[in-house]
Amino acid sequence: MTNQVMPQTSNDESRNEPALLPPVDVIEDTTGISVHADLPGVPRDRLNVRVEGDVLLIDADLVLSVPQDMQASHAEVQRTHYRRSFTLSRELDPDKVSAELSQGVLKVRIPKAEHAQPRRIAVQVA
Amino acid sequence: MYRSLFPRDLFAEVDRLQRELQQSFDTVSPSIRGFARGYPALNVGSTPKSVEVYAFAPGMDPARIEVHLERGLLTIEGERTAAVRPDDGKTTVHVNERFDGHFRRVVSLPEDVNPDAIKADYRDGVLHVSVQRRESAQPRRIEVQ
Repeated sequence: MTNQVMPQTSNDESRNEPALLPPVDVIEDTTGISVHADLPGVPRDRLNVRVEGDVLLIDADLVLSVPQDMQASHAEVQRTHYRRSFTLSRELDPDKVSAELSQGVLKVRIPKAEHAQPRRIAVQVA
Repeated sequence: MYRSLFPRDLFAEVDRLQRELQQSFDTVSPSIRGFARGYPALNVGSTPKSVEVYAFAPGMDPARIEVHLERGLLTIEGERTAAVRPDDGKTTVHVNERFDGHFRRVVSLPEDVNPDAIKADYRDGVLHVSVQRRESAQPRRIEVQ
């Protein structure tokens, strides 16, 4: 298990500013892992999903069409940036990550590398 | 065994907890129901001509969201189903943070809203309800004779 905590060197500046933490579901099956994240208010062109080394990063901007003269009276969502990251393990294939965004829900699929997929081994009768 | 395939970064986890705490403290003052904010999260604002309500409810079928306005109370109601998880013994749920189930939130609108001039749209997982205010309530400059 590669569970070392490595300091993140890339864009440390933006990483430290507070961001919304999207709730996620992580589901694993025999062929890979699915990550579902709630990103309401994020249009497709403001979403950035990438793998840096062994870290899956989700960065997104919340865009609301608010009337110009609006005064907020109650705000439970006070930030306009979402960020979350996950450390991937070696069994997962970072080159084959796929992602789709629909109505504010991001679905990321990370398949397991072929050698890590389960195989049934036939038992020979001697 | 399965868990080790998706190791968690302890520092990131602590960081996440800290941020979550921070988020709950710098929003609304503690209510009788604690810090837990309901689902979906709501932002409310107003302009001289309208009241704007934003509900952050991603992944919904817009036809299944019920929006009602009755005696000044705006109700947003719906049902969110969990992601499909085949129960074949080969699927493991590692993290389950997303809301599922029935939700209902009620917002008390100002008295001057016009219940006949309300519109709602759903885009990128955000429900936006806009209610016009009555003409008579809008600020007017009174000419001094």
